Amino acid sequence: MTKQEAIYKYALRLGDDALILGHRLSELCSRGPILEEDLALTNISLDLIGRTQALFIYAASIEGKGKTEDDLAYRRSENNYGNHLITEQPNGDFAHTIARQLFISSFEYLFYSELEKSKDETLSAIAKKTNKEIKYHMQHASDWTIRLGDGTNESHKRMQNAINDLWMFTGELFEMDEIDAQLLPEGISVDLIPLKTNWNNYIKTVLTEATLKVPEDGYMQTGSRKGIHTENLGHILSEMQYLQRAYPDAKW
Amino acid sequence: MHNEHSDTHFQTRIDNGEHIEAKDYMPENYRKHLIRQMSQHAHSEVIGMQPEGNWITRAPSLRAKQILLAKIQDEGGHGLYLYSAAETLGVSRVEFIQQLQSGKAKYSSIFNYPALNWADVGAIGWLVDGAAIVNQVSLQRTSYGPYSRAMVRICKEESFHQRQGYEIMAKMMKGTKDQQAMAQDAMNRWWWPALMMFGPHDTDSPHSSDAVKWKIKRETNDELRQKFIDKTIPQAELIGLTVPDDKIKLDEKTGHYKIGPINWDEFYRVIAGNGPCNKQRLDHHIKFHEEGSWVRDAAVAYKQKHSTKELQTV
Amino acid sequence: MSLDTQLDLWEVFIQSKSGLPYIHAGSVHASDNKMALQNARDIYTRRGEGTSIWVMPSKYIVASNPDDNDMLFDPSNDKVYRHPTFYVMPEGAKNI
Repeated sequence: MTKQEAIYKYALRLGDDALILGHRLSELCSRGPILEEDLALTNISLDLIGRTQALFIYAASIEGKGKTEDDLAYRRSENNYGNHLITEQPNGDFAHTIARQLFISSFEYLFYSELEKSKDETLSAIAKKTNKEIKYHMQHASDWTIRLGDGTNESHKRMQNAINDLWMFTGELFEMDEIDAQLLPEGISVDLIPLKTNWNNYIKTVLTEATLKVPEDGYMQTGSRKGIHTENLGHILSEMQYLQRAYPDAKW
Repeated sequence: MHNEHSDTHFQTRIDNGEHIEAKDYMPENYRKHLIRQMSQHAHSEVIGMQPEGNWITRAPSLRAKQILLAKIQDEGGHGLYLYSAAETLGVSRVEFIQQLQSGKAKYSSIFNYPALNWADVGAIGWLVDGAAIVNQVSLQRTSYGPYSRAMVRICKEESFHQRQGYEIMAKMMKGTKDQQAMAQDAMNRWWWPALMMFGPHDTDSPHSSDAVKWKIKRETNDELRQKFIDKTIPQAELIGLTVPDDKIKLDEKTGHYKIGPINWDEFYRVIAGNGPCNKQRLDHHIKFHEEGSWVRDAAVAYKQKHSTKELQTV
Repeated sequence: MSLDTQLDLWEVFIQSKSGLPYIHAGSVHASDNKMALQNARDIYTRRGEGTSIWVMPSKYIVASNPDDNDMLFDPSNDKVYRHPTFYVMPEGAKNI
């Protein structure tokens, strides 16, 4: 793979992560546990869709085939999507939404802090902007994890279930594939392996304060970076891409 | 010494253009009218999130998705401002929500219509928000201080809502045949309900006269409706949409458009609960309100356990 | 079914630019300090309206009673000597 191709795919799948998680959160509009939280989740969703746009515009420019960010979002099939499996998991109850937010935002904080140092100037600039947003997402998710974990018996149980249910999707976040490896010596991509310890420590701190247990590392799901997804992604895309697919000649 | 607690004194203050604040004396009917109107307004904003919300996950571009999300979020925010303003009159949000869910409190009937194709998002922004803004601009001068302040903020934020809706309609009318058909279909379905949003004719409006005397309402239903009609018809014509009313005529003398008769039977039928989506909208609200109850309980429980120690920033 | 809660009511004050006063923006519901601050941020600074936020529980606001308005505010109406325009300056005096 040429360096350009590798950067294209790298930017594209980072965009996919943001797009699919942003989509999931957008599903919650008018479904929050209280009006204030409804607005907070929408803000996070908007941050993510904004990040998607920046990454897709960059990916399209590298690809050089005259595509738009919308072509990339709305005209690819699920096996061409590279988002992590955890981003496409259903919202579930509020505890599942928060557990997903906690795992992803704390990973992204570590990841984008490193990407800020990338030798690729555009990726570095996007990382700097997005990391401010992620810091807030992480605080929001951590606070709610603590409230729910240390709230009522019911909320404690639900939060622990959510943590347990989603744990098997967290291993994938730290996997290096050939694209990560190819761009690493160039100083462009992030080395994911060293992030794991910091991530584990952070999760442990939050879960401990939340009076929750850190799950044992069992089998970890994998495959998304190769385009092998859970069944969820197909449904997300068939809904998201409906108008673009049904009226291919229309401009919106 | 004058009596600050008299209705005459109150009316003098209103006539002098003063604003009334939460602790000021007010006649019981003024308070009741405000509570009803403000909570109804707040409920409308919150229930109003649903029809457009139906299209968030199917928005056809990243730009469209951001705009729509931001707009629906604004509506939630406006509901929140209005609940807060209404709470100054001594009714809690818990009570307002109970009144909404029990059917005791109403919300604008317009949101009992379905959003069936993407152009409906355009039509809602352009026509529904367009009608609402006419009313809301007028309400910025309403006599109750907290209501007036909320409306000033809301009007400022809503200024993009109508434009984004009209932009969608204009774009679709310039698009493919399918898109044009969708836009006209949405126009056909939303035009009359939008006109009904201003309420019954002045001669048939049960609340209007007191509300005008107290300057809660600054213009009458018919005055506001006419303003909306006059500005909207040329906008429709400009982009090639047909207004679904063959009786429309411009009165050259007054400069106002005359329209055909409004179907008030439909208006009262939908208010009475028999619109296409009345049950669906309330069921949705109740479902997610109930599903959120354990979360709210947990937040309160956490706060009680840690009342001495506030959450540490991680 | 337990009684519903919508959490506590808080008042929000926003400073739009450093150096300017904090102005009352509205209210939010929240259970604790951090939630109140975050909710205020998410609701009242979506359009870049703020550089700093204060929140406080509404129950701690003490308001003057409108019945006392005569006593509280009228007496200051005739203290014209508190305003600079009250004083007569000699013609031609500058920078004062």
